[in-house]
Amino acid sequence: MNNRVRQRLILPLLLIIPTLLLSACGGGESNVDQGNRDGTLHWGNGTEPQSLDPHIATGVPEHHIITALMEGLIGKDSKTLAPKPGVAESWTISDDGRVYTFKLRENARWSNGDPHNAHDYAWSWWRALQPALGNLYAYMYFSIENAQEYYEGTVTDFDQVGVKALDDYSLQVTLSNPTPYFLQLLDHYSLYPVHRATVEKFGTADERGTRWTYEGNNVGNGAFQLVDWKINRRITVQRNPYYWNADTVQLNQIVFYPTENVVSEERMFRAGQLHRTGSIPSDKIPVYLEANDASLHIAPYLGIYFYRINTRVPQLQDKRVRRALAMTIDRETISKSILKAGQIPAYAMTPPGTMGYYPESDLRFDPEAARQLLVEAGYPNGEGFPATEILYNTSEGHRKIAVAIQQMWKKYLNIDIKLLNQEWKVYLDSESAGNYEISRAGWIGDYVDPNSFLDMFLCNGGNNRTGWCNAEYDRLIADIAPTVKTHKERLAVFGQAEKILMDELPVIPIYIYTSVNLVNDSVKNYADNILNQPSFTEMYLQAAPEQNQSTEGQH
Amino acid sequence: MLRFVFYRLLQAIPVLLIVISLTFMLVHSAPGGPFSADKAVPPEVIKALEAQYNLDQPLWQQYISYLGDVLKGDFGPSFKYPGRDVTELIAAGLPATAELAFYAMLVALVIGVSAGVAAAMRPNTAQDYIPMSAAMIGICMPSFLLGPLLVLVFGIYLEWLPVSGWDDMPGDKILPAITLGTGYAAYIARLSRGGMLEVLSQDYIRTARAKGLSEPLIIAKHALRGGLIPVIAFLGPAFAGLLGGSFVVETIFQIPGLGRFYVQAAFNRDYTMILGTTVFFSTLIIVFNLLSDMLAIWLNPKLRQQTRGES
Repeated sequence: MNNRVRQRLILPLLLIIPTLLLSACGGGESNVDQGNRDGTLHWGNGTEPQSLDPHIATGVPEHHIITALMEGLIGKDSKTLAPKPGVAESWTISDDGRVYTFKLRENARWSNGDPHNAHDYAWSWWRALQPALGNLYAYMYFSIENAQEYYEGTVTDFDQVGVKALDDYSLQVTLSNPTPYFLQLLDHYSLYPVHRATVEKFGTADERGTRWTYEGNNVGNGAFQLVDWKINRRITVQRNPYYWNADTVQLNQIVFYPTENVVSEERMFRAGQLHRTGSIPSDKIPVYLEANDASLHIAPYLGIYFYRINTRVPQLQDKRVRRALAMTIDRETISKSILKAGQIPAYAMTPPGTMGYYPESDLRFDPEAARQLLVEAGYPNGEGFPATEILYNTSEGHRKIAVAIQQMWKKYLNIDIKLLNQEWKVYLDSESAGNYEISRAGWIGDYVDPNSFLDMFLCNGGNNRTGWCNAEYDRLIADIAPTVKTHKERLAVFGQAEKILMDELPVIPIYIYTSVNLVNDSVKNYADNILNQPSFTEMYLQAAPEQNQSTEGQH
Repeated sequence: MLRFVFYRLLQAIPVLLIVISLTFMLVHSAPGGPFSADKAVPPEVIKALEAQYNLDQPLWQQYISYLGDVLKGDFGPSFKYPGRDVTELIAAGLPATAELAFYAMLVALVIGVSAGVAAAMRPNTAQDYIPMSAAMIGICMPSFLLGPLLVLVFGIYLEWLPVSGWDDMPGDKILPAITLGTGYAAYIARLSRGGMLEVLSQDYIRTARAKGLSEPLIIAKHALRGGLIPVIAFLGPAFAGLLGGSFVVETIFQIPGLGRFYVQAAFNRDYTMILGTTVFFSTLIIVFNLLSDMLAIWLNPKLRQQTRGES
């Protein structure tokens, strides 16, 4: 009798499970295989974008989508990052380097077919400078004459700002000072134009939360147009037939996935659901390296990992102490044993090679000299040095580095370091309020120029946060560098400033970031560059013949 | 019964009010604001944003106007996603979460009840020990371990099922449902075993046996109804728990559900989103508890008598 009962119970299970499994096996072809056939790129994009309005968005995931949907006056070569024509087909620069005149393409169109001209830029840049909009990238405009003054309200007439549409297809931009990286700024999405009629259809120009960027509403001027936005699921963009250079675009469609969990993302890649991942779990890197897997792309990245030192804390006021701390971090070991993705040990704040700039720094790993400095500062063999705290935002990666540095400082300087982790927003609060002693930090350059790293440490710089202030440094970065005539002179000025920074050390550089992505073999023309911004207009898909696209098994 | 439902709904009002007030106070006292970012935010921007979201008003005023909005069914705009309302985001996430919870519940019930009944029929034998040990393992196994394990076996090695996604590929709901349902299956197995054991020792079962009814008939017709009452009582909170607790599974399988919004909102200090989702989940818990109580009353003549007596 019991057997009969058991049969009754087991039977449904036996029926349900195989049915479910069989129904599952029906699908067959992976995203990647299918995408290779129909020209659809499946892109792991990190997180759900906060906004696709170029004057509101911040963040890398937003950047990727916006650059597919929109284009600036100037583009860049995806390999060399040299400026190349975008919506502007040509431009001239005045002898004093302050006046740029752009000649716009007459065949440029918005994705709804509307003509796209110089007036769009004047209006869009006016919009981007409205404080009510909450544009965090407004400072990208500040090299333009009177832009900062207008934003801060000291100039109220926008006509005084150095942007002028001379006619439908000529735009003149006047800068306060010659700014050698100005053309690069034009390829940042915060300077992209927006379609006025669309923005105004869904609200006022400076209204933050309107629906103009959503599917069905979004109008852009880029190579692709938005066709589908499923929150937390995917965003799909398709070729824009009105794009001035549509004939050269080879991808038909891009699907962006909010792949927040890097472990899941890597599994999706292996299962052929993604062509490219936004990152990779650090413990997987050695496995891919060992397997010599061509899908692993590691490239230098324009960013630095460093520690801020709060120079208002008594024991950290003495620059000899800060120097001793900086000299006893074994960066090679951190890079090789903890990070394992080819990160470059950093001995200065600007990544070497930024616009041909190589910072000179006499910072080095030298425990002997560091101990001597600590003696001079009054802490022989670390005696009497108060226990000091390293603050970091909660993350396993930051913890590993902090523990390693804690041990190095104990070993080489015999000082006690405590570790304190805080949740991201709490950590931000503590750091900006100066409630820390030593704090971990990271900085990604907005544009390829030493200025993007060095102007952070001006006395009144919002991102300084160390309490450090040096008049000569301010003079070099804020007054001298913008006015010198040649590139060489300018780099020399940055060199002098960085020397001061690395002598005083309100910050301890640790390593230069690398970008780490997994890219399927079928993605061609995927250029690794220091901004980690490959170009969607150049990429195309080509499946290798007789090759299974999903790499499986060994990872 | 109607009166019972009415009183329970009346009780829900102060409960919700307390939930809203506590959450409101907690989110506003948490360090770090919705607009703090790693890059310094200019004071002009902070001011403009605070004005836009009424954060420049005194806290009590914000509280009163929030309560007024909630009464009108308006949870306000999300701080994190400009242009999106909290109601819209909840509506976007709810279908996936509800569907996942439904399938997980199905998995939990099928596995849990089968195992529990089988165990109760032969207590203290292998037929009891094996499913109950498995249940204990199921209770202890966290979903962040079970999920990736299932993915590894069925997604990566066997390639039978998709490793993630929702409504993207056939079969992509199976692994999430099993991952989320297993823990609950284990609870249900233990509950149904206990319930069945108690019922099977009752006089009316002995009478049924004496009348010569077959064992399957006794189980199906007489024992299950009483034996599953503890399971029914558990279903309400369990379903609410499945809806609100699916964050880990949603993250592992990239499911566009509500759980991810709920947790991200807390990290982002998206005040309106935290409040909106909390109120929403609280309401769900209240409703599901009420439904499971009503079901239990309907199934159990003794309880029916009591409610009638009260009313």
